[in-house]
Amino acid sequence: MSTFFDHEAFRSEPEATALVSRIHELLREKLKGEPVSLMEVCGTHTVAISRAGIRSLMPGGLKLLSGPGCPVCVTPLAEIDRAIAASRLQGVILTTFGDMMRVPGSESTLEREKAEGADVRILYGPLQAIEIAEENPESQVVFVGVGFETTSPTIAATVVEAARRGVTNLSVFPFFKTVPRALDMLARVPGRPLDGYICPGHVSAIIGSGAYEPTATEHNIPCVVTGFEPLDILAGIVMLLEQVAIVRAGGRAKVETQYSRAVTREGNPAALAIIADVFEECDAEWREIGVIPMSGHEFSERYRSFDARDRIDVEVPKSAGPSGCICGEIMLGQKTPTDCPLFAGRCTPREAVGPCMVSTEGACAAFYKYDRQTTEAP
Amino acid sequence: MCLAVPGRIIEIDGQTAKVDFGGITREANVMLIEDASVGEYVLIHAGFAIQRLNAEEAEETLRLFGELARALEEEDERKK
Ligand code: SF4
Repeated sequence: MSTFFDHEAFRSEPEATALVSRIHELLREKLKGEPVSLMEVCGTHTVAISRAGIRSLMPGGLKLLSGPGCPVCVTPLAEIDRAIAASRLQGVILTTFGDMMRVPGSESTLEREKAEGADVRILYGPLQAIEIAEENPESQVVFVGVGFETTSPTIAATVVEAARRGVTNLSVFPFFKTVPRALDMLARVPGRPLDGYICPGHVSAIIGSGAYEPTATEHNIPCVVTGFEPLDILAGIVMLLEQVAIVRAGGRAKVETQYSRAVTREGNPAALAIIADVFEECDAEWREIGVIPMSGHEFSERYRSFDARDRIDVEVPKSAGPSGCICGEIMLGQKTPTDCPLFAGRCTPREAVGPCMVSTEGACAAFYKYDRQTTEAP
Repeated sequence: MCLAVPGRIIEIDGQTAKVDFGGITREANVMLIEDASVGEYVLIHAGFAIQRLNAEEAEETLRLFGELARALEEEDERKK
């Protein structure tokens, strides 16, 4: 059996114990017990950390913060409202990944629209949208394009394929986000310490670890690209703590890769080429956070005809976010889910108030499902 | 949303590959992998292979974990 399928190898108990004990030792000895805050910026990491119960194994002074790593959670309300409004139009088939269905817009969700008769279809991959478009030539097929750099090349490839096949009744809402400039912005957030980034493994498989070098240099903040198995995450934390000790002693931070089986410095050249062909970088609004310069993708001149915003004419009224929700401060690392007065009371995964509770990869949902028992225990 | 699963390419026909996920087989598009070939390990996300995996690096990572665990055991032995 290959090492890749042998997940147990990356979850093995004695190795985990050794890594946890190394973390405790580093904090106690090299870092003199002074507090350290690390942030992960990938929803898949958020879930993996919570599911493996890693927070409860950490020494008291080590804080693991969840950044804005859930693409669904950072999709602005106006964009959700736009997708919902599009689903109500006659002749539109709205296609999306399952994560979007329950995200609350100002007054509805795609799930509710579907129950009320809208043609909303959940896709496993974006290529299915081409098949739906070919089978329904009378309809406009619209794909709600959310995701980071892991997902955007798959959508770019879909658009290229649609163009090649001459499919003209398919378009995409370009709600894509990109990670590196968001890390720069997060490094400047006042009011909370931040000592290092657990960088996203699969975003980095595409963009390469080199993409974080400007961030590490400019902010002197350690960056470690980390895999998703429990041992990967623990090893990533060890590498970060070693670097934090160096930085605190006056040294320079750098980018390192723990997830070397999937990530190179250059990333995936074919995926980067197709992204560069189909998209252009643009400023993007992150829900509850605001506009981050050059942190989004929109269509390039050549593929602009695929932009659903030009094809689907819908008015969306200006909308206010859910009141009392502190998702914004949580994603900036200033607060944790248990600081929210609505957490586990008025806001639960079944009746979510904010986006961080609705998406399974949101910080509040992950905390609710996995960490609550361990943190609430006396 | 950035979940990706490792699999092994067992057949390629144009852009479409059959990928084995430790016993379960599914189709995936390989247009994002330059010169993909049968036998290679790739990460699959949203129906696409998004990057190839490096078996030597995987083994090296596991070897380092093992070393660390052994070092800890030895240290515990010495303390006894
Ligand atoms: S618990 Fe609910 S209301 Fe509070 S921050 Fe999280 S998602 Fe928002």
